[in-house]
Amino acid sequence: MIQAILVFNNHGKPRLVRFYQRFPEEIQQQIVRETFHLVLKRDDNICNFLEGGSLIGGSDYKLIYRHYATLYFVFCVDSSESELGILDLIQVFVETLDKCFENVCELDLIFHMDKVHYILQEVVMGGMVLETNMNEIVAQIEAQNRLEKSEGQVLG
Amino acid sequence: MALKMVKGSIDRMFDKNLQDLVRGIRNHKEDEAKYISQCIDEIKQELKQDNIAVKANAVCKLTYLQMLGYDISWAAFNIIEVMSASKFTFKRIGYLAASQSFHEGTDVIMLTTNQIRKDLSSPSQYDTGVALTGLSCFVTPDLARDLANDIMTLMSHTKPYIRKKAVLIMYKVFLKYPESLRPAFPRLKEKLEDPDPGVQSAAVNVICELARRNPKNYLSLAPLFFKLMTSSTNNWVLIKIIKLFGALTPLEPRLGKKLIEPLTNLIHSTSAMSLLYECVNTVIAVLISLSSGMPNHSASIQLCVQKLRILIEDSDQNLKYLGLLAMSKILKTHPKSVQSHKDLILQCLDDKDESIRLRALDLLYGMVSKKNLMEIVKKLMTHVDKAEGTTYRDELLTKIIDICSQSNYQYITNFEWYISILVELTRLEGTRHGHLIAAQMLDVAIRVKAIRKFAVSQMSALLDSAHLLASSTQRNGICEVLYAAAWICGEFSEHLQEPHHTLEAMLRPRVTTLPGHIQAVYVQNVVKLYASILQQKEQAGEAEGAQAVTQLMVDRLPQFVQSADLEVQERASCILQLVKHIQKLQAKDVPVAEEVSALFAGELNPVAPKAQKKVPVPEGLDLDAWINEPLSDSESEDERPRAVFHEEEQRRPKHRPSEADEEELARRREARKQEQANNPFYIKSSPSPQKRYQDTPGVEHIPVVQIDLSVPLKVPGLPMSDQYVKLEEERRHRQKLEKDKRRKKRKEKEKKGKRRHSSLPTESDEDIAPAQQVDIVTEEMPENALPSDEDDKDPNDPYRALDIDLDKPLADSEKLPIQKHRNTETSKSPEKDVPMVEKKSKKPKKKEKKHKQKERDKEKKKEKEKKAEDLDFWLSTTPPPAPAPTPAPVPSTDECEDAKTEVQGEEDDAEGQDQDKKSPKPKKKQHRKEKEERTKGKKKSKKQPPGSEEAAGEPVQNGAPEEEQLPPESSYSLLAENSYVKMTCDIRGSLQEDSQVTVAIVLENRSSSILKGMELSVLDSLNARMARPQGSSVHDGVPVPFQLPPGVSNEAQYVFTIQSIVMAQKLKGTLSFIAKNDEGATHEKLDFRLHFSCSSYLITTPCYSDAFAKLLESGDLSMSSIKVDGIRMSFQNLLAKICFHHHFSVVERVDSCASMYSRSIQGHHVCLLVKKGENSVSVDGKCSDSTLLSNLLEEMKATLAKC
Repeated sequence: MIQAILVFNNHGKPRLVRFYQRFPEEIQQQIVRETFHLVLKRDDNICNFLEGGSLIGGSDYKLIYRHYATLYFVFCVDSSESELGILDLIQVFVETLDKCFENVCELDLIFHMDKVHYILQEVVMGGMVLETNMNEIVAQIEAQNRLEKSEGQVLG
Repeated sequence: MALKMVKGSIDRMFDKNLQDLVRGIRNHKEDEAKYISQCIDEIKQELKQDNIAVKANAVCKLTYLQMLGYDISWAAFNIIEVMSASKFTFKRIGYLAASQSFHEGTDVIMLTTNQIRKDLSSPSQYDTGVALTGLSCFVTPDLARDLANDIMTLMSHTKPYIRKKAVLIMYKVFLKYPESLRPAFPRLKEKLEDPDPGVQSAAVNVICELARRNPKNYLSLAPLFFKLMTSSTNNWVLIKIIKLFGALTPLEPRLGKKLIEPLTNLIHSTSAMSLLYECVNTVIAVLISLSSGMPNHSASIQLCVQKLRILIEDSDQNLKYLGLLAMSKILKTHPKSVQSHKDLILQCLDDKDESIRLRALDLLYGMVSKKNLMEIVKKLMTHVDKAEGTTYRDELLTKIIDICSQSNYQYITNFEWYISILVELTRLEGTRHGHLIAAQMLDVAIRVKAIRKFAVSQMSALLDSAHLLASSTQRNGICEVLYAAAWICGEFSEHLQEPHHTLEAMLRPRVTTLPGHIQAVYVQNVVKLYASILQQKEQAGEAEGAQAVTQLMVDRLPQFVQSADLEVQERASCILQLVKHIQKLQAKDVPVAEEVSALFAGELNPVAPKAQKKVPVPEGLDLDAWINEPLSDSESEDERPRAVFHEEEQRRPKHRPSEADEEELARRREARKQEQANNPFYIKSSPSPQKRYQDTPGVEHIPVVQIDLSVPLKVPGLPMSDQYVKLEEERRHRQKLEKDKRRKKRKEKEKKGKRRHSSLPTESDEDIAPAQQVDIVTEEMPENALPSDEDDKDPNDPYRALDIDLDKPLADSEKLPIQKHRNTETSKSPEKDVPMVEKKSKKPKKKEKKHKQKERDKEKKKEKEKKAEDLDFWLSTTPPPAPAPTPAPVPSTDECEDAKTEVQGEEDDAEGQDQDKKSPKPKKKQHRKEKEERTKGKKKSKKQPPGSEEAAGEPVQNGAPEEEQLPPESSYSLLAENSYVKMTCDIRGSLQEDSQVTVAIVLENRSSSILKGMELSVLDSLNARMARPQGSSVHDGVPVPFQLPPGVSNEAQYVFTIQSIVMAQKLKGTLSFIAKNDEGATHEKLDFRLHFSCSSYLITTPCYSDAFAKLLESGDLSMSSIKVDGIRMSFQNLLAKICFHHHFSVVERVDSCASMYSRSIQGHHVCLLVKKGENSVSVDGKCSDSTLLSNLLEEMKATLAKC
């Protein structure tokens, strides 16, 4: 199970916060901060696994993250997930974002947080991996965008 | 109104959207909080407007603010409003906000039930999808219970997109509503073989999550997963399955044996590192489970270790990390194989990456031997010096202690060295593990008698430098070692070289800055020290010296009496009075030393930490019995304590001996006496078992080498351990020389005698005799201690509720709650226990229940045996002709009732249900099983005489056990058939969709070819249309979502929309498919006609007699009647037939007259009065639509005519 998915930038500003377990808002912010500090002090050329922050889970949980340009993508997962599998999944998620936003950059995530959520929803659902095939994910997103567009025309 | 609309849209133009909000926040960096609160006010205004677009926009902005840490729970109701918007665009916004902010405590969440249900059954797959996604995040026990059935239906949806989401969300539903697991499980299992890889992956995912928590319940799925593993190419699925096997193998070692080969193949063949890694992991798990009593799998181990070495040597830090992680698992069972890679692991200790260093540290634990321990610890000590972060340093510290102390100091050959290491570790500033070091010091000093002298000298040195410790690192962990030092010096004061000096050190004023509990130990041990000094002085006849010591005590103790710590104060004042008394005696020249030291006579034995817990409950003591009978003033209060003690009541028999006869009692009394004798508080004469242990010759003859203590030891802070390393090396060298000498002698002898192979002088671990021995290996335990080491499980574990036996057939009570129509709920009836005929009258009447239950019990037993044998057979190593007898996929249907039938197997044929299409299969299965049994030569359980299987399989009549029996019936009717395929179908309406019916078509492959590419094309009529996937035209065929291997059948469901339901109608259709066998593939077609009878639009709906009477009285129903002659069937069976074929339920039955009720999918009420005459039956009907009624009666006539 995936416990949480956090995206924040090099300064710790949250860009996407998705918890699959209930935490009050202030605790969520605290977790983001703590995770940011844990990840920040790590060089780019060391391993991408971190044994848990103190707030989520416990010994069974791991933080698996990737650093792309200005953004950190952090997944907090338990032992039922394959570490390398999750790393691949992060890659799939980022590539999907790239495809949907056409050369994604931090600004896209800042201004279209809702869309990022919709994309994530096609990859992970309720903490479980829903789809790993990028083409399938993109196809579903595009179909939903078309549906939204058609509704917009009726509205307009 | 129009004006308002216009105003609304103009307003909207000026509203901020999400982008504006984000931009605004970025532009107000200085007063962000103020700006946001302003925005929230605006949002509140927007939420008050009627325009849903404005609301949705506001909710979208709130979702953004939620991410920034703002609580948006106040807007929960508005979020629900947006969720219920008809447009997908808004709905999606609403569900997103809900998924981010709703939780079990959200009170309005119960308002969403109907909205979600509506969205789940929406014709648009994206509405359904968005609802499923949202629900997965905020599902509550209530929602789970209410929606479980709807979601289960979606698991068989035609769209894979919906199927996979529905399958995945089931895990969340199970967690919140564990009762749903058993009814839903058969279908979940079926989805493991879904043609869509996404759905399959989702099902694997869910079962893996379930099995991870309660693996034993899923062992029976092993054959199926095995098949998937060998056939699947999806790495993601493979990884999950392989991980699952890793969890299953500890429970069934035979499974492991079977797995080794395919896994090894995968390891060799795969290029995906993630897969390789998981394979290695599972092979390790297998090897661990096999490690006892199995021919060695050294080849597999070697392969794993080799592959892991490649990972560790890889430049990718991630692989390195994982390699080390997996290596540590091998270490537990096969330390030898890992030890050969010591170089590599030590190298990792120098890695720049802390995660990797920590993993390498884990491995060190198993790498040590008597030979290399000192070397490894030395290396670690240099790391301790270099380490920057305290966390890593602390980790190093605990690892050093772990490594050294493992299995009773097995690898320590020289305890002087170890003590000096511990002393060196005390130089660490800011460590949190002072208490750990202290505990080790105490443990070693107590348990290794030979070391006490040395330990005492080191500890006194530590005490001497106490000011250093106390001043620089006040009140943090490291001063804890003083606790140990003080105690050791006090307790073993006879070994002190300069006791007076130590006494002074312990009475220094600086000591009062130490934490209270340490001061308390100081005070206590000062007296011990004092006692031994007195003794020395008196023996030497130095009366003045003795008085001087007493004076010192009297002078210094008051500083402790003033302590704020109660313990310290109390002890100090107590002791001060004692010393003062001694002073008086000394003044009179009375020798006191003897008496003072008597205070501390005797030795303390180490007691096992669990000893207290293990004291058995004495005879006749019932801890659960009431001392005073509880007051039973009210019933509700009476129940509570019972619930509280429920668990204890279950546990008690374990602790309490069941029955004890006289002899037993006597024996126990004896044992208790024995125990008392051994208890330190009773101890008077007999030596404790530990002391006796020391007398055993095994310990005695171990060579204890005297260490030259001339080395200056008293300077703390000097790295001394190195000296001991050298000393130890010398000692070993001496030992070796001696041994060699002996060997040479022997050799010479041998040379003289026969010439034999001279073994190489290899020095194994065992050759190094330890310098000191751990004396007390076992700690004291109470006698009769119970061996059970059971940790009490956490009763709050959410996964515990899912520990459910899935092989047991379903009971009636386990059905998922199904949404009932409001009408029936509102029509309140006084008799609550009127049997609710929920499903096509299949439910047995009460009186027959008992009888059925018995049958079922029998079946259950049989089922279980079979299951077990199935697995046994699959696991057995006798060459199986077809190794994986996967449970044939059984057609699924829309209701959980049918899910039940799948589990119950043959029994259901008997229940007169829809099973005739299945009937050949169970027989086949049975047949095969019999064959298997023969091949195995295994006897079937003797409980059942031969033939009882048939007997049990005989129809159990549902409707009338006492009368003649109806042949098994099925609601599935034949649609069409040819040599390839047989189609049967069942049409069902659903109340949720007022003009839709679901057609379930079962396709059975009768040929020896695989049928694939199946497509169903139906010619729509004006009145009836098939629901097709979005974007496909009327003329396109609809694909069947599966393939059919030979002999297999499966069910597909299609939704049709019907305009008018008052008349029956027929639709023409064609099934086209490709039949593929060894010779090739051919295109085939099969035409069919779908017959929608009026009865198929009816839904069995229970109705109470009072509501029924009201309905008849209301007078807006038209009436019609029929009469059929020549009926010989019993009335009971007749009613059952009408119920079954025409979806009616019996409202009331009086003699040979019954009233019946049903309801159409469009809400028409249909009431019947059925009367049986001599040889005839008359049916009077009333219905809100006359055409519908007359058509229905015609259909009924046809049914009755067949009777």
